[in-house]
This record gives sequence, structure tokens and C-alpha cells, in this order.
Amino acid sequence: MLKFDHVTKRYPDAGDALKDVSFQIEQGEIAFLTGHSGAGKSTLLKLIAVMELCSYGHIELDGQNLSQIRAKHIPLIRRNLGLIFQDNKLLNDRTVFDNVALPLVVSGYSFSEIARRVRAVLDKVGLSGREKIFPLALSGGEQQRVGIARAFVNKPKLILADEPTGNLDPELSAEIMNVFEQFQQVGVSVIIATHNAALVSKMGHRVLTLDHGHLIAS
Amino acid sequence: MKNKSAPEFSDKSQAYFYIHAQALFSSLGRLVSKPISSLMTILAIATAITLAASFYLFVTNMQQVVGGLESTNQISLYLRDDVTPQEGRKLADDIQKTHDIEKIAFISKEQAMDEFKVYSGFGSALNTLDSNPLPMVVQVLPKGSLDNLRGVEDLMMKLAKYPQVEALKMDMEWVNRLHAIVQVVHRGVFILAVLLAAVILFITGNTIRLELQHRSDEVHVSKLVGATNAFIQRPFLYTGFWLGFIAALFAWIFTVILVVILQEPIGSLSTLYGTTFEISYLSFKDTFKMLGISSLLCIIAAWSVLGYQLSQIKPK
Repeated sequence: MLKFDHVTKRYPDAGDALKDVSFQIEQGEIAFLTGHSGAGKSTLLKLIAVMELCSYGHIELDGQNLSQIRAKHIPLIRRNLGLIFQDNKLLNDRTVFDNVALPLVVSGYSFSEIARRVRAVLDKVGLSGREKIFPLALSGGEQQRVGIARAFVNKPKLILADEPTGNLDPELSAEIMNVFEQFQQVGVSVIIATHNAALVSKMGHRVLTLDHGHLIAS
Repeated sequence: MKNKSAPEFSDKSQAYFYIHAQALFSSLGRLVSKPISSLMTILAIATAITLAASFYLFVTNMQQVVGGLESTNQISLYLRDDVTPQEGRKLADDIQKTHDIEKIAFISKEQAMDEFKVYSGFGSALNTLDSNPLPMVVQVLPKGSLDNLRGVEDLMMKLAKYPQVEALKMDMEWVNRLHAIVQVVHRGVFILAVLLAAVILFITGNTIRLELQHRSDEVHVSKLVGATNAFIQRPFLYTGFWLGFIAALFAWIFTVILVVILQEPIGSLSTLYGTTFEISYLSFKDTFKMLGISSLLCIIAAWSVLGYQLSQIKPK
């Protein structure tokens, strides 16, 4: 469902962030993406979310060639992706409901459909009944779960998570991983970029390791 | 990429109206939530519109005054002494039939004398005269004398050729000057209106740019969850609409106040000139136009700023 084929990303002033990277992710697969800071983890995720275009090689996502995507099709690609960030990127002037509903509003769903789906996904991440609260009134773990709910509400085929447990204690991290495994069971692929070696080894999923832009283990 | 769970068509059109209504009212809500800064922007725009509207009123009222003056631009034909009153009347009829004129009047020697007695102040002293020295006069009011000076000159040339006419008179110099002044004012008001429109564009454009910066988090996140640029710019376009629309409402009030303040001194001025002159207010149609133009200008300003700024914003 996701295929990197000899992908190189070169920044004009910073050199190669990724060098000749090839791998493949199947539907319903969870993969960890590890490596030191600056190894190219973020760049790899950015290429998948079309926030950057690769310099050489091919990236294929669900049959679409991302290296030749036209600007007006980028929003449609992103509607089938779920993005989770270390800093959540929640909008603090909107309620939990409005934050989670954003991807559906953007895609043009009717209000009743939005309400139904948002409630269902909040229930799944254990935040039912809290939709009217503003994000800043929630704990760090709860905020992260709102972010996860927003990534999943559009029923994407692939979820990209950048350090989703970065600020959380081991217990909360395990909870979050549990949520990802639930997604996996319904056929969603998940790529998790993380530094947390303990978590990676405990979970026992596939690991992609980057080192100075090279993929050294997959 | 196919989306298994894409919304149905009827859902989509319903959602489309919902999104527009939501953008319309949320943008108004945002303006209201920051009353001071919104009011400052709106008043700045309203001032520009008020200036434009009052210049417009000035021109319309001036045209009304000048239109009134037109009736004094008549050509007086003084007839020769040997022409009989019957021939004089016949001449007036002939002129009316053969030329395109607004109004014509024949004034006999007796009528001229009566008028002269009244207006000159000599009164009964004139009774001592043996004979009536005043000539018969045919007064001709040309059509649209201010718009068509050449036509008036042509008409004068033709009227001068009638053998019964001894002399004819019209103060063309004065009409010429007035005509030139009207032209200058017209052109000047047009230039001012263009400048004021530019002012409105810049004020609104800058306001929208700041608003976009202020809400950059929202723009970034929306882009990341797959919002198109059209979706992102919609509420900002509605903000532009509201700025223009509300500013025009303020401008309407300001213009009315302006006219009310000027009404009295202009009234007494016109009394001094022996006329009664009422300033005309903005008509219903003009008010409607003002609301439309102002809203449209602000939407255009927002749209042009957004087009550029959104292409510059890349999600991080």
C-alpha cells in the first residue's frame, strides 16, 4: 500500500536528508521508524504527507505516484492519511468535538454524519462525553488522544505518527500503542517515528532504522 | 485515490450550504469578538466611502443647480422697429417649427414696457414718454444648452440670419465657463473615487493579511487534514464581505448626518439668491449601489491577498 523505490531527498543547502531509500508497507501493518535525530525520520514522513516532494526515485501510496502529484490533488491525498504530531497541533480555541471534526468538515460531510463519526471515534479513544471541553483543559495524554481521534476520524488507510509518545509516561505510551493496534485490526497501516527504544522492542513490530539518510534495517 | 467512505451527493450539497452558512456567520462572529480592532478597520473604510459618497452627492446636487441655471441661458432676439406684432408672432412660430428648441416666447412692446416698469423702478415716470422705445423680443431657450455648446452656437448663427432680427444676445462666455467647471469637477470626483477605492482595497487587504497570520495555526492544520485552498479562504472572503458591507452601512449614516448639517446653511444661501434649493440625499438605488460596491471591493481585496498568501504557506 506504500512503496518507496530508491527515494532520495536533497535539500539545496543541507545536502541529502534521505539517500536511496526503498521499502514497502502492507495494508494493516504497523512499522516503527527509528534513528538518531536528523537521521531523516521527519523527512520520510513529510514525503508521504506530500509536505515535500522527493528529488529522485518513486513513492507510491495506494496506487498513486506521489513524486508526480499535482498541487490541486494534494488535499485529496491527505484526506486518506491520518497525521499525528508530537505537539498534537490541536486548535486551542475550538472544542474537542470541533478539533476532531475538522477533517470531516474539510471533506464536506453532512453535520449529522460528522456528529456520528466524531462520537464514535472519541468513544474508541476513551474520551466520550468530553467533546465540549477545550484542549487546554485536558491532560497531555488526553490531548494526544484527541490528536489520534482527529487522525482516525476520516477512516484513513495509513496513519503517520511523529513521536506520538514523546511527552508521555510509559503507562500512557502503552495505552496509546494499544489504540494503534486497534486501528491495525481494522486494516489501517501505521508508521510510528520514535526514539523510544524500550517501547519499540516491547511491541515487537517491524522496525525501519535510518542512519544519516540511509535505511540500515527494515 | 478512491475513498470508500466518500460522502453522498445529497449530503454534499447539504454540507456545501452548511459550510457557507457556517463561514458567513463565523466570520461575523470573529469580527464581533474583537470589537475594537474590527471597528477601527470598519471606520477607516467607512470614512473612505463617506468621502466618495459625499463627492457623489456634491456632483448630483451641483448638476441640479446647473440644470436650474440652464433656463437663464436663453437667446434674446431683438426685432427691428418696422416689424409688426403679427409678423413678430409669426416669426416666433416659424422658429419653433423649424428649429429644435426647448421653449420660445414672444414679448410685445407693451409687455416689455410693463415688465420694465415693474423691474426698473422708474414706474410712472415712463408714462411721460411719447412713444414706446422698447423693441419686440423673441426669447428662445435652446435644448440642453450646457451639454451642447456647439449646437447653441449653430442655432444663434441661424437665428441671426432672419431679416426681422436686428440683434441677438446670449452670454456665451458665462455658459462656457460654467460648462468647463462642471467638467473639471466631474473628472476630479472620478479620480478621487478611484483613489478612495484603492484606499479601501489596501486597508482591507492588510486587515485580511493580519487575520491570516493570526490564524496561521488553523490554516496549517486545515491544510494537513486535506483542506483545499478554496475551503481555507472561504471564511476570510466572508470577513472581507462583512467589512465592506458594515462599513457601507456606517458610511450611509455619516452621509445622512453630513447632509443634515449642510442643509440649513445651504438653505439660507439659496434664499439669498432668491431660489429654494433642497439638497438631495442618497437615493435608495444609490444606497444599494454603495453597499454592493463596498462589499465587492473588500471581497476583491481579500481574494487577491489570500491567493498570494495561501500559495506561500506550506504546512510544517
